[in-house]
Amino acid sequence: MLALLAPALVYFLVFHYGALFGYGIAFQDYVPFLGVSGSDWVGFGNFEKLFTDPAMWHAALNTLELSALQLIFFFPAPIALAMLLHSITAAPVRKFVQSVVYLPHFISWVIVVALFQQFLSSTGVLNGWLGDAGLGTIDVIANPDAFKPLMVAQIIWKDCGWGTIIFLAALYNVDEQLYESAAIDGAGWARRTWHVTLPAIRPLIVLLFILKLGDILSVGFEQILLQRDSVGPEAGEVLDTFVYYTGVLGGDWGYASAVGLIKGILGAGLVILANKLAHRLGEEGLYR
Amino acid sequence: MTVAFSSRRSTAEPKVKAPRRPAWQPAPHPAITVLKVLALVVVVALVLLPCLVVVSTSLAGQQEVIANGGWVIWPTDPTFDAYREVLTGGVVTRATLISAGVTIVGTTLSLLCTIGMAYALSRPNTFAGKPITLLVLFTLLFTPGMIPTYLVVTGMGLKDTYASLIVPVLVNAFNLVVLRGFFQRIPNELIEAAKIEGAGEVRILTRIVLPLSKAAVAVVGLFYAVQYWNSFFGAVLYLDDSAKWPIQLVLRQYVIQGSPIAGSLANAEAMVSAPNSIQMAVVVLAMLPIICVYPFLQRHFMSGVLTGAVKS
Repeated sequence: MLALLAPALVYFLVFHYGALFGYGIAFQDYVPFLGVSGSDWVGFGNFEKLFTDPAMWHAALNTLELSALQLIFFFPAPIALAMLLHSITAAPVRKFVQSVVYLPHFISWVIVVALFQQFLSSTGVLNGWLGDAGLGTIDVIANPDAFKPLMVAQIIWKDCGWGTIIFLAALYNVDEQLYESAAIDGAGWARRTWHVTLPAIRPLIVLLFILKLGDILSVGFEQILLQRDSVGPEAGEVLDTFVYYTGVLGGDWGYASAVGLIKGILGAGLVILANKLAHRLGEEGLYR
Repeated sequence: MTVAFSSRRSTAEPKVKAPRRPAWQPAPHPAITVLKVLALVVVVALVLLPCLVVVSTSLAGQQEVIANGGWVIWPTDPTFDAYREVLTGGVVTRATLISAGVTIVGTTLSLLCTIGMAYALSRPNTFAGKPITLLVLFTLLFTPGMIPTYLVVTGMGLKDTYASLIVPVLVNAFNLVVLRGFFQRIPNELIEAAKIEGAGEVRILTRIVLPLSKAAVAVVGLFYAVQYWNSFFGAVLYLDDSAKWPIQLVLRQYVIQGSPIAGSLANAEAMVSAPNSIQMAVVVLAMLPIICVYPFLQRHFMSGVLTGAVKS
């Protein structure tokens, strides 16, 4: 039994728990050449720098803005799509649409970004049409103002369909008799949705909302890394890319890992907090 | 030792109710129906049209692509020229092979490790099973960031090796929880009976548990395969040597950053005059394995994802 368990356990111990020691360099002026033992310890110096670094705050603000946009536009999208799919009575049609909308989840970010560029860049399909119609051109890809809406549109394209799976399952588990008795009592479509459908999936919505809150400081690393360069750090920098550019590329390892550590701790703290809040509201939440 | 019931039944998908309109529900207003159909058509088109354009453009002749302004919805005279051009043993061919290798080796190793641990944690009598489960679940809450992981990978001497694409993401805690949930649903009597007959844990796992969990293993296998095939950032971080780049990184260079495709084209002229069909051919190559496997595994998603989600 131990032999079955060991490989994966070693993985978790090394790459999840062992790696935590790597955060030690957050308290160092780390120089890769000198290593952890040779580098100078600077106490909380890196953390102090973090509070006064405008670039870091800018990245944090961008992250929060993107998160807020995702919560408003991306979070409800799968719920709406699931309710639409659930309302389809023709099984073959529903199954076909489901298969189609799950697919983008499995397509890599590189391809998704390539597709969006193909359609929306200054030489893309959309501008081809606009040009043919004599309407001029709009560059969505390289325009910093369009960056955040574009990021949200991409994530909706990629993962909205996939997000419906869990809601669909919850919707199918609703007792059909509840709908029937509501209908007999004279409830129309809107009232049935409000009094039967939504209460039935509310625990799930709360659960996923908690998970999303814990992720509020991560807004899609690969996706943004791929497109940050086309709009520059002013619009495109988020915390994860900030860590990558200052640490791995910029060589300021200790500082970047201090930012990463704060981000990780805040994220975990947010989940715990949101879970408590869910319990306060009488929901099951993520864990007890 | 034989197991007396079919694997098909025990891992059946959750029954979806017959979608007939119940008697109490009146037929919707025709306008509503029209709106619904319209919404569905738009949703499906938003997914399928881009894919169609990519595939069509990759199959179209160079002249047609140029005449159409860079893209084609339906090629009048399909040709495989673009594919022939990128798959002549150059960068794209090598990257495709690297990605395939990493995907096969990575998926195999990941599945072996995940199945082993999931099985051990699904048995009630495993030594320290509870604390180890908690240890794993905690990693869902707090993940070490990019830089500590980078230090571990370089510290182990994995920089610039293909192993750096596999080892740091070897086991996914979510996949582990999905499998553990599946294994837990297998009746304990079955396993006890096998034990009495003298079967060891490995034998129980391979002869009883795995055959009963084919759907879940298939879904988790697909998740891992997609993870490795799509792996992009690991390669950015750990592979300095561009000769080792997987397909996703090559794709970024050629399609997103628009660099010329080196070392795979017969003549430089073709690259300048028909970049789009060739770029799209690379996109299709990077999408192909997923499109091929997808239809076979798609029907297992619902059951596979749900047990994990509900149990955790």
